[in-house]
Amino acid sequence: MENAIHGLFLFCGFVSVAFVLLISVYLIISGIPAIHQIGPIKFLFGTTWKSGQNQFGILPFILTSVYGTAGAVILGIPIGIFTAMFLAKAAPPRIASVIQGAVELLAGIPSVVYGLVGMTVLVPGVQRAFHLSSGATLFSAIVVLTIMILPYIISVSATALRAVPREYEEASLALGANYTETWFRVSLRAAKSGVAAAVIQGVGRALGEAMAIIMVAGNVANMPGLFKSVRFLTTAIVSEMSYASYGSLQRQALFSIGLVLFLFIMMINWILHKVIRKEEQ
Amino acid sequence: MSTHRKNMDRLLRGLMGLCSGITCLVLLMIIGYILYRGIPRLTWNLLSTEPNNLTGNIGILPNILNTLYIIFVAMIIVLPLGVGAAIYLTEYSTSRKLTNLISFAAEILTGIPSILFGLVGMLIFIQIGGLKQGILAGALTLVLMVLPTIISNTRESLLTVPRSYREGALALGSSKWHMIRTVVLPSALDGIITGCILSVGRITSESAALLFTAGFGLKMIGFVQALQSSSATLTVALYIYASERGAYDIAFAIAIVLMALTLALNLIASKTAKKIQEKRG
Repeated sequence: MENAIHGLFLFCGFVSVAFVLLISVYLIISGIPAIHQIGPIKFLFGTTWKSGQNQFGILPFILTSVYGTAGAVILGIPIGIFTAMFLAKAAPPRIASVIQGAVELLAGIPSVVYGLVGMTVLVPGVQRAFHLSSGATLFSAIVVLTIMILPYIISVSATALRAVPREYEEASLALGANYTETWFRVSLRAAKSGVAAAVIQGVGRALGEAMAIIMVAGNVANMPGLFKSVRFLTTAIVSEMSYASYGSLQRQALFSIGLVLFLFIMMINWILHKVIRKEEQ
Repeated sequence: MSTHRKNMDRLLRGLMGLCSGITCLVLLMIIGYILYRGIPRLTWNLLSTEPNNLTGNIGILPNILNTLYIIFVAMIIVLPLGVGAAIYLTEYSTSRKLTNLISFAAEILTGIPSILFGLVGMLIFIQIGGLKQGILAGALTLVLMVLPTIISNTRESLLTVPRSYREGALALGSSKWHMIRTVVLPSALDGIITGCILSVGRITSESAALLFTAGFGLKMIGFVQALQSSSATLTVALYIYASERGAYDIAFAIAIVLMALTLALNLIASKTAKKIQEKRG
């Protein structure tokens, strides 16, 4: 009896390992054939994607994902870190709890809701502000992504900033530095690996987001430009999967896009793992 | 203090306040706009009927039910698996390597974007497993996705159960399984509940993983039939109404329902989390 139960729990423990293996194996198995058939160079560095004419180059999607994520992180880091600093150090408790609540709520909004507000408010706004024929552009997607990764950057950085030992700050204050100098020169430096982890998590979120940006990015397979309609790695999968027929090269190419996205995410996880381990040491 | 340092201090404080203000303002604007657009359309008729092509009636009752079905099926499967894995990690595992492997796998699962879960879920459960698009395939996909949440919350809560409880039970002659069942699990209940609430929140707001696994069906069908036929949850229905039908007012009304659900879940989760903190402190 005891052994059977031990075995049962061992099985449960291994299920998550099995899931990871299952996901990796199936993404690789289903992703390889199209890459092989199209040719890895042509697939990864081809600049035109026209599934109707059997042209499957995903460079536009890769670059759009990279630019979009970079844009969101560049906008999100300063806003996120200043807010986290305010939340962790400067804000009176009552205001801090209001901001904390706002951050939690932002994190809880479903991505389709971000997409909906983006497509009804942001897209027409961008169109009018920049005199474009359509506001569904990379720029709109970057704004939506920035708002979506903000709560992660803020809450993880604030936790890291709160964990900085008091002695560091007191020593700095005793040496004559004022509060802001202490926070930004001492505390931020002491919390830097936690803040780095926050940013990397934000990168992962932005890279993997699909539904919010498919509704605001215009979804045309252009090479990326700030005010052009673009397609991301994630949205490329969503937009063609529903009509790609079974066994076609198009469908297999979509799985290959999934594999490329998976490799990007694993790379980011690996970096995150390194950063966290460094912090533990 | 020199004027330069004083100005710097003022600038940094100003920026912290500004960025925190931006964060809160964005949230307020999103919520305000959703309420403004959605409330006029949020009627009892919308919530309690199904869409009908003949009368042109639009109702989201099937989608509300589908969301509940998918939460129910996914939780029934993932709860024993996740709690079992956590019990294995804290109570049984003696090998450090094994524990690290399992936690590493859970960490990787946490970082994988939902669109990839959707892709793999479609491959494994529909293309290979032979299921039809529906609640069952969708729920199984979500099991992969929320497993790490259940594991990590249960595990944290199991770790707070004092050693002396376990030793006391064992010393009184209880078997290990009996000890876990009667002493350890009841004391860890609040962590398990927190994990469940967070998972339900994630399932409620998930869309990308469900597009190709649970499907787009908007019609009312019974639970048993829905398991194996295309059924859209609230988030997917929002996407369909907004992106494919241009029915923005319906989409905003659904957004209100979704926001109310996630808000309620957030509140309950932070309450139980606070309870655990108090117990620990």
